[in-house]
Amino acid sequence: MEKQSLNNLTRGILKENPTFVMLLGMCPTLGVTTSAANGLGMGLATLFVLMLSNLAISTVKNLIPDMVRIPCYIVIIASFVTVVELLMAAYLPGLHAKLGIFIPLIVVNCIILGRAEAFASKNNIIQSLFDAIGMGIGFTLGLTSLGIVREILGSGSLFGWNFVGEGADTMLLFIMPPGAFLALAGLIIIFNKISGVAK
Amino acid sequence: MKNNAPKVLASTLGNMIIAMVTVAAFSGAILGFSYKITKTPIEEAKNARKSAAVLDVVPGEFDNDPFKDRIELTKSGIELYPARQGNKITSIAVKTYSNDGFSGRIELIVGFLLDGTITGYKVIEQKETPGLGTKVTESKFANQFKGMNPKHSNFKVKQDGGEIDAVTSATISSRAIIDAIKRGYKNYTRFSTMTDDEEE
Repeated sequence: MEKQSLNNLTRGILKENPTFVMLLGMCPTLGVTTSAANGLGMGLATLFVLMLSNLAISTVKNLIPDMVRIPCYIVIIASFVTVVELLMAAYLPGLHAKLGIFIPLIVVNCIILGRAEAFASKNNIIQSLFDAIGMGIGFTLGLTSLGIVREILGSGSLFGWNFVGEGADTMLLFIMPPGAFLALAGLIIIFNKISGVAK
Repeated sequence: MKNNAPKVLASTLGNMIIAMVTVAAFSGAILGFSYKITKTPIEEAKNARKSAAVLDVVPGEFDNDPFKDRIELTKSGIELYPARQGNKITSIAVKTYSNDGFSGRIELIVGFLLDGTITGYKVIEQKETPGLGTKVTESKFANQFKGMNPKHSNFKVKQDGGEIDAVTSATISSRAIIDAIKRGYKNYTRFSTMTDDEEE
């Protein structure tokens, strides 16, 4: 039992990392990671929604008939996302302004519906929570590391701390969309080398 | 293990309707509740941002809260924030906008002395290209506006025959800032002649 919990927790971080292995949720991954803080904020928002939705869906899984499963899940997920968006606008306005359109888009992030379908609808509440935390942390780590690489190369700063001086020439490409693909590809290569996922 | 799991409710029409209505009702309740509790903080956070920008651009001494004494020109969405010392207006901040940004609307708050001399500006909303257009929000570009006056004919970027250094490869964003400041200045002068008439 304990082993299973641990397995559910670490699977999202390493073996099935949503960013580096499953390549899910690419829209926010490529879109918001122009800085490390943005990546971290987006990752934590997703982690939070994922935990709530996995909990709720695992709780009500037997009360929802199979044929209306998806519409019900989407309504539940959309509600939690809106709650997160309102809370963020109220208490973290700076981050909310930066993440903008990507917060409502968490609704259609395939990681969340994917975990609801593939895991929470078939497992008990505790295991679903472990799964959500693992996947959420995996996604947060992915987005933050991508944000760190892009911010260092593109803006010459890290978490807003500038180390090249204002007005210095940096590799702007990396904070623009093409740079997101290049940086992500680089990170996937490194991830696969370290974890040995690719044979 | 799956065989032991309790049976999922059958997909009959009645069950489906009940499930969907219940889920929708619960979601509605949660959303209504969170909207209610976050409404005031969201409003406050927005105002705090604007108010900080206003205090940043109005110079010198004043004893009122310019943000509290704001005048909203409802039609254009422009807001005026007069800074007073005693009963005399000493300077004024204007919330203005330009729709000519590289990626849409730019909103900023700009401070003026009474003769129209710019005391500084702060961008409060923009969607410019990160790393290029966003440089118009940085002090290196913004500082050159201090002491300039939009009524002079040289209040343009150098490419247009003026004397403002545009941000390299972001001339459109730079022009949008100038456009917004000019719009703010126009509204400020219109307002100041209006109040002069009333006082006399």
